[in-house]
Amino acid sequence: MKKSINKTMVSTIMSTLLGLTFAATGVANADTLKLGVAGPHSGDLASYGIPTTKAAKLVVKQINSKGGVNGKQVELVIEDDVCKPEIATNTATKLASEGVKLVIGHICSGATKAALPIYKNAKIIVMSPSATSPGLTQSGDYPNFYRTIASDDAQAAKEVEFAVSLGLKKIAVIHDKGDYGKGLAEFAKKFIEANDKVEVALYEGVTPGAVDYSAVVQKIKRSGADGVIFGGYHPEASKIVTQMRKKRMKTVFISDDGVKDDTFIKVAGKYAEGVYATGPQDNSKNPLSKEAIEAHKKAYNKDPGAFYENAYAATLAILAAVEEAGSTDYDAVTKALHEHETDTPLGKIKFDEKGDAIGVGFAMYQVKDGKYVEVK
Amino acid sequence: MDYFIELFFSGLTRGSIYALIALGYTMVYGIIGLINFAHGEIYMIGAFTAYIIASVLSIYGFPALSIIILAGFAAAIWASAYGYTVEKIAYKPLRHAPRLSPLISAIGMSIFLQNYVLLAQTSDFLAFPELIPDFDFMEPYADKVGSTDMVIIVTTIVVMIALTFFIKMTRIGKAMRATSQDRTMARLIGINVDKVISVTFVIGSALAAIGGILIASHIGQINFYIGFIAGIKAFTAAVLGGIGSIPGAVLGGFVLGLTESFATGYVSSDYEDVFAFSLLVLILIFKPSGLLGREEVEKV
Amino acid sequence: MMSSLVPLLQETLRSLKVALWFVFLTFPIMVIKVHPLEKSIEWRWQNMIFVGLGTFILSIVARILMDQGKKRRKKRALQHAQKYTLVQTILREPKYLYPLAFATLAFGLVFPWIFSSYQTNIMITALMYVVLGLGLNIVVGLAGLLDLGYVAFYAVGAYSYALLNTHFDLGFWVVLPLGAILAAFFGILLGFPVLRLRGDYLAIVTLGFGEIIRLILENWNEFSQGPSGISNIDRPGFFGIELTLDQSITYLFYLMLLLVVFTIFVVNRLQDSRLGRAWVALREDEIACQAMGIDKTKTKLTAFALGAMWAGMVGVIFAAKTTFINPASFTFLESAIILAIVVIGGMGSVVGVIVGAFVLILLPEYLRALSEYRMLAFGAIMVLVMIYRPQGIISTAKRHIQYKPKPDDKHKKQAADPS
Repeated sequence: MKKSINKTMVSTIMSTLLGLTFAATGVANADTLKLGVAGPHSGDLASYGIPTTKAAKLVVKQINSKGGVNGKQVELVIEDDVCKPEIATNTATKLASEGVKLVIGHICSGATKAALPIYKNAKIIVMSPSATSPGLTQSGDYPNFYRTIASDDAQAAKEVEFAVSLGLKKIAVIHDKGDYGKGLAEFAKKFIEANDKVEVALYEGVTPGAVDYSAVVQKIKRSGADGVIFGGYHPEASKIVTQMRKKRMKTVFISDDGVKDDTFIKVAGKYAEGVYATGPQDNSKNPLSKEAIEAHKKAYNKDPGAFYENAYAATLAILAAVEEAGSTDYDAVTKALHEHETDTPLGKIKFDEKGDAIGVGFAMYQVKDGKYVEVK
Repeated sequence: MDYFIELFFSGLTRGSIYALIALGYTMVYGIIGLINFAHGEIYMIGAFTAYIIASVLSIYGFPALSIIILAGFAAAIWASAYGYTVEKIAYKPLRHAPRLSPLISAIGMSIFLQNYVLLAQTSDFLAFPELIPDFDFMEPYADKVGSTDMVIIVTTIVVMIALTFFIKMTRIGKAMRATSQDRTMARLIGINVDKVISVTFVIGSALAAIGGILIASHIGQINFYIGFIAGIKAFTAAVLGGIGSIPGAVLGGFVLGLTESFATGYVSSDYEDVFAFSLLVLILIFKPSGLLGREEVEKV
Repeated sequence: MMSSLVPLLQETLRSLKVALWFVFLTFPIMVIKVHPLEKSIEWRWQNMIFVGLGTFILSIVARILMDQGKKRRKKRALQHAQKYTLVQTILREPKYLYPLAFATLAFGLVFPWIFSSYQTNIMITALMYVVLGLGLNIVVGLAGLLDLGYVAFYAVGAYSYALLNTHFDLGFWVVLPLGAILAAFFGILLGFPVLRLRGDYLAIVTLGFGEIIRLILENWNEFSQGPSGISNIDRPGFFGIELTLDQSITYLFYLMLLLVVFTIFVVNRLQDSRLGRAWVALREDEIACQAMGIDKTKTKLTAFALGAMWAGMVGVIFAAKTTFINPASFTFLESAIILAIVVIGGMGSVVGVIVGAFVLILLPEYLRALSEYRMLAFGAIMVLVMIYRPQGIISTAKRHIQYKPKPDDKHKKQAADPS
């Protein structure tokens, strides 16, 4: 006992001396509820992580102004993981050592996988607005993990089902060799093989960032595919679509929510017309969603970025569960997340036993006149 | 056969792009023996400058042709200015340092320039305007080879020929060759070595900028990171052809581009880079100084 | 008075010119920002003023510093006496070096008890890079073989633990030597084809080799689970006792500390061994070496193998530490950072490599306060260190064996020498 007090004291002194920002655990801020937010806030994937911190800030500001959760003010602890697994473990350790019990994040699936064992060990509840890797929930390894986005296999199933409904017969499945893109493509391939109305004409990965994709495009053409399902992000998608259209190919192009981003339309320009992409369901009729977007416009004077609504919903859901449980006790919060329904921009959500949000799914969109329009 | 021709042209396009950037690598290496890792970043800055100038001009309503020419010039000028400045700051003080120091300095410069553009401009991908129009006479072949591809291939060949003449015929070209053979001796016979090195950087950077514009209008997008990957491939091309040799850089670019294209077309694009690098290893085993490189004579 | 004013004015003018040049240079990228959709241009003139003023002041400061540096160097040249810098003296004299080393070690031993587990975790990473740096130092610093694909061996180690652990349930302690051996084997595999290559040709082939390993890991799903990586790797076992997270971090820290000490010991012994001397000789002159009867093939291959071995070991520890690995951790940039550790620290110097690793790995962690300017500063610091200390932070003084004149001899010589 004595030793641990000494440790705390010494560490307080040392940290003050070094001018570091970490505080000795749980002494100064015993009356606040700490909510961790982890994701990429710098580096090339920063644009996927920053909207989440903004969402968390807005929700917390609103809740704090109404008196907080269980009478405690919510305090955000924001940490950068640059989407790298090895840094994510540092981030997770830091959050755990600061006494955080709830975390919104991480953003990338790889970083989430690396960080989860640490959170699990420290009994910290984690809710990601964007990590879609199916294994995170379906493996059953991480009972402390929840997410407010549907997993990749649901998305791939939607894409294949849609391709069949368009009457396509031969599909080229292309991916960007990344965790997200390749995972999605694997599922798409599996679903196509299981369906006897369509067949896989080609299955290939392209190197992200390469200067030219015309060889792959020629290969798609030669394979005789009447449709392409692409797993990956918009920079590669727009390059492939552009080169296909420049080669006068009219092949149907179906992709994922990494492509359902306005930057894709901006970059691919006229070639984006007619491209299909799955994305989170359209919630624009939901009053809470309107409110969330308005709040963002008011605070930051622009439209919110990627995963903003999912993050908004996650923050609301996790804090509501704490309110319901009456404390941050792990078992009580877990129970509340499974049983208690919360009103969020994504609709009323609660979580199934694996941690996926019930009622959150994907819809299909198509680019029409420079805008994504939902396909009914 | 059609398929073969299509792949051939797509490989040629890709190879030309590598070649244009590789020329800068090879010239700098030939003169001061430095792998200039920041060269890819110069190419990126060239493309960004072209993007900015072209957008400004098109907002002010300039005609299309003048936009292409002005943006091209601006990109070449500013890229050269960056190349010149980088050399003065990061490499010149290290001229007599251990061999690896300028290499690390170059890597640092590359990280710095990437983040400089990221902060001053944006991390998003930007839509690069299609500067090169579709030619009518190319329309019948459009499904095989595009107008942009043609422009890229022709530009590369013209640039290579011009550069070879420049180095063989002009005074400064001769000075460059002299400096690359023996720097001390060149200084002794009255060549301003510092000036020669600066000129090398300026020319190499201008070529990278031209490459930058062509590629950006070919793929229609740019961001701050495009220099890194293209840079590594171009460097590979330069070594493949024999670093220090100008026709070698172009040949190396073509060989690399064609290998990747055929590997993708007939095997799988999953392993296109594996093929490219394996080819490099194979060639270097049998010709340790590249396809057209001088055999190093070991001095005892 | 006037005579000192003229150079001052000249210097100011020169700085002004530099500032103007940078204003021109950064004009399109710093000043103009285009919003293509709204078809509007944002002219950020304030940036132009920042750049102008900033470079003007920096240029003056740099001039003053350079001036002083010149004077100091002149002075030192005149004195001629101080052959070694302070740091080198400390490193050469056991009476300074040993207490210092023990103090550092003692600090290391109490580190996890003083600092939070977050700090300890970062320190583990830094120690890992110390070993990586020392390993690469064998190849680059001693044997003079420029290796840009060192990260491949790191990946071999990490994946051998990850795969053997998930498929065959092998423990950390079994795989640690296995990973080292496998990595060494890959080192020899790479070494064979590149024996004939020299200098930068070698560099590009090693770079290619590193990329090939990463690409195979990325594409061969059946073998390595591709880009989604391998998760749930066991942490290192401790006599079968279950450890909490904090405990296992502390444990890993001590493990790493032990490995660092072991590495330093081995590398030091290697340096002075027959083999170490053969490496250095090979680096200096290959032909002379062969003439002296040194087996070039064997010497080079052992350098590759021994260098790779350390990377393999650290790879195993890396996999055990993060419990999740994917190919994205083994990119070329990682190789470049390890190489930068060796060069910035000071090639061939053990202490240099340690300092280099701490600087390059801890710097970005503590630069977090700069948030988005972090990597900008990192790049700039790399360049600056190289400009001001081209031999690295701690440069190795070449060992000289010198004829020492008798005391009275020295006396005479001093009397004769006016300086």
